[in-house]
Amino acid sequence: MNAVIGHAATLLGLLLAAFGAVAAFVAARTGEARYFAGARRAGLGVFACVAIAFATMERALITHDFSVSYVEQVGSRATPLFYTIISLWSALEGSILLWALILAAYTALLVRWSTRANAAQPADPQVPYALGTLLCVNVFFLLLISWPANPFRVLNPAPLDGPGPNALLQNSPFMGVHPPLLYTGYVGMAVPFSLAVGALLAGRLNPDWPRLIRRWTLVPWTFLSLGIVAGSWWSYEVLGWGGYWAWDPVENASFMPWLTATAFLHSVMVQERRGMLKTWTITLIVGTFLLTVLGTFLTRSGVLASVHAFTQSAIGPFFLVFLGIVLLGSLTLLAWRSDALRSEGRFDAALSRETAFVVNNLLFAAFAFVVLLGTMFPLLAEAVRGVKVSVGGPYFSEMSVPIALLLVFLAGVGPALPWRQGSLALLRGKFRWPFVAALGVGVALAVAGVRAPLALLTFVLAVFSGGLLVTEFAEATGARRRATGAGTLPALWGVATSNRRRYGGYIVHTGILVIAVGIAASATFRREDEWTIPRGATQDFGRYQIRFDSVWAVHEARRDGVVAATTVSLQGTVLTRLYPRLNYYPTAMEPIGTPALRANMREDLYLVLLAYTQDGEHATIKAIVSPLVGWIWLGGGIVGLGALFALWPARKRDPPTPAAAAVVTRERRAREAVGR
Amino acid sequence: MRRGGGKAGLVIGAAVVLLVFAYLLWGGIGNNLVYFLTPTELLAKGASAYGANVRLGGIVEGGTVHWDAQRHELRFRLIDGDDHTVEVVSTGVPPQMFSEGIGAVVEGVWTPEGVFRSHNLMVKHSNEYRAPPPGAKPAEYYRQLFRKQQS
Repeated sequence: MNAVIGHAATLLGLLLAAFGAVAAFVAARTGEARYFAGARRAGLGVFACVAIAFATMERALITHDFSVSYVEQVGSRATPLFYTIISLWSALEGSILLWALILAAYTALLVRWSTRANAAQPADPQVPYALGTLLCVNVFFLLLISWPANPFRVLNPAPLDGPGPNALLQNSPFMGVHPPLLYTGYVGMAVPFSLAVGALLAGRLNPDWPRLIRRWTLVPWTFLSLGIVAGSWWSYEVLGWGGYWAWDPVENASFMPWLTATAFLHSVMVQERRGMLKTWTITLIVGTFLLTVLGTFLTRSGVLASVHAFTQSAIGPFFLVFLGIVLLGSLTLLAWRSDALRSEGRFDAALSRETAFVVNNLLFAAFAFVVLLGTMFPLLAEAVRGVKVSVGGPYFSEMSVPIALLLVFLAGVGPALPWRQGSLALLRGKFRWPFVAALGVGVALAVAGVRAPLALLTFVLAVFSGGLLVTEFAEATGARRRATGAGTLPALWGVATSNRRRYGGYIVHTGILVIAVGIAASATFRREDEWTIPRGATQDFGRYQIRFDSVWAVHEARRDGVVAATTVSLQGTVLTRLYPRLNYYPTAMEPIGTPALRANMREDLYLVLLAYTQDGEHATIKAIVSPLVGWIWLGGGIVGLGALFALWPARKRDPPTPAAAAVVTRERRAREAVGR
Repeated sequence: MRRGGGKAGLVIGAAVVLLVFAYLLWGGIGNNLVYFLTPTELLAKGASAYGANVRLGGIVEGGTVHWDAQRHELRFRLIDGDDHTVEVVSTGVPPQMFSEGIGAVVEGVWTPEGVFRSHNLMVKHSNEYRAPPPGAKPAEYYRQLFRKQQS
């Protein structure tokens, strides 16, 4: 029954999406309101259908309905309820169902927005074109789950029990958070793509287009950022190698669109302020969407091996065709509409915010290309030369560290530069204190014995950029305090809320700097060692002493575990007891470890149980110390807060009438004309 | 970036930057490529393969595994379908599933002493999430630890 309902809902969703797409395009061509109304209703209908399919799959999983093929694949009666619920995205078909649900939810949001936008400007074809494009993307994903990746196939006779979700998913509750966050970011990039295609099809960019598309990009960008940090955290907490990033193809697949989307968020500001870089900006957002499709293809078709990759499946060719259509279609559109994308402004001076943005964009694009080349090279080499190669991690580090360092530098310098034309005198004033602080920190660290040049450079640049950001806040707060007589904190809050986008952006930059420091420190000063320790014996590890007390086995409903007890001391005083363990799942050939760690902001001590003797007299334990690794998660939190601050709707004072807004725009244009 | 006239300069500048970037990329990729070889392919390369980071894949030959608990060093021979074998020395504890007759991939360098020094040993099982084959009972290994706790 569940299988029938689920499959019927996906098929109906597919039909509605196809109908809605056609209706939206007809509405855009003819301007007839009833077609557009039909398309909007179809869009909401798609969301309803996919939501029903999703809920049906959850019901089938929870009630252990093994007549549904996907439940037979990932379900088991022994799995606890929580893991049963999240097992929906533990294999290929279910993950595409989650994908389709998020896409349909974004479609419903776009419908809601388009109703308002259309009421404001009924004749504007951009809105229906954008909705039509997004519905086409829906068609593709619904096609996948209705046919080659259908999770609702009927099994007759139904088996009595299944194997349960894959062991890595069951090993940490964090799998309930990381994939949905990442998907919400990843899938959401389809919306700005659709808005861009809508504008190109309509042949013009409205003046409010950059603002609009920026907001629609910032939402998925925030989720993607949090998803990437959450994924690193999961990798660190679960995989037992003490690292958080391995340049694995799937990690790269999530990182590449993040890079291009970040570049886009910056270049669209230049477009908004100065009317420049239009073609480049549109290319970036189209490229971001292409990279999400490419990433899905790489990780879901089985062409690349990785921890995350699912089994070989038949959906590869579908993705290749879709990728080809999107790529060719976008390029054709860009070429066809190049006249609408002509630049209105020009560069006035080498030393200006615009230049900083352009350099930032080049760096992000280069970064994305470095990652893309490293990820695709094994495929290319095998196709062209027939050799099996892999690209080593050092390639990614060597290439990305210089780019990342320049970006850390720009994170502070960019905001300090004024638009149009900066002057050295102004910069000298702004740079003084951050420069002194950075120099002071650099000397202090060098004296304290930090010898790694790249790490030292990262710390110094991060302090410099951080100082510049603080200066931006401090100067504005000081001016406001003098003007209004308010206290420091109210003035700071007033400044920050007066321009949420700007100051939210600076908070995000601060988070990125904190992450950069965490990465540099934990990658450079990490130490690790492993020993086989007899029971009761103590092993020295740097400042720590680790005593192996005992090892025992436990039965749990869905798995067995072997737990080692250790006592960790620091210079003779007992700090804590840690219990690294190995878990044996019926679905996994090898045991999956759960490392134990003592974490704080200064450094993490991380213990992994590697092996033990059958009599319990010896355990092999690996210990890792990573300084400042906690800063990465802290920085991720700051990035999320900053983005939320920027997205938070500004308090509506007096909504400017169109006439008043026109006056303001005219005044600004006039000021700019005089300035020129 | 001054008005007019600077366009040619800009194009040349961009071209130079692109060329330098491409050169760095090419070098970066070239120095970090890890080839995947079988024992036969590695032996055929002979001395030219010394020192380069490669991945070597094969079957762990029966009766050749020796674990030195003191030095945390594992020695074994990898064999392929053409009966060529390579001696491997790997540091660190092997994965729990490591055993004679299993497929393994080692990453490391081939040295003139005729030993492959590996820093990364991976046991090959065609799919990460496949259940153990019938007969394989990882639970056997820790059964004694249950009993211990009960007593």
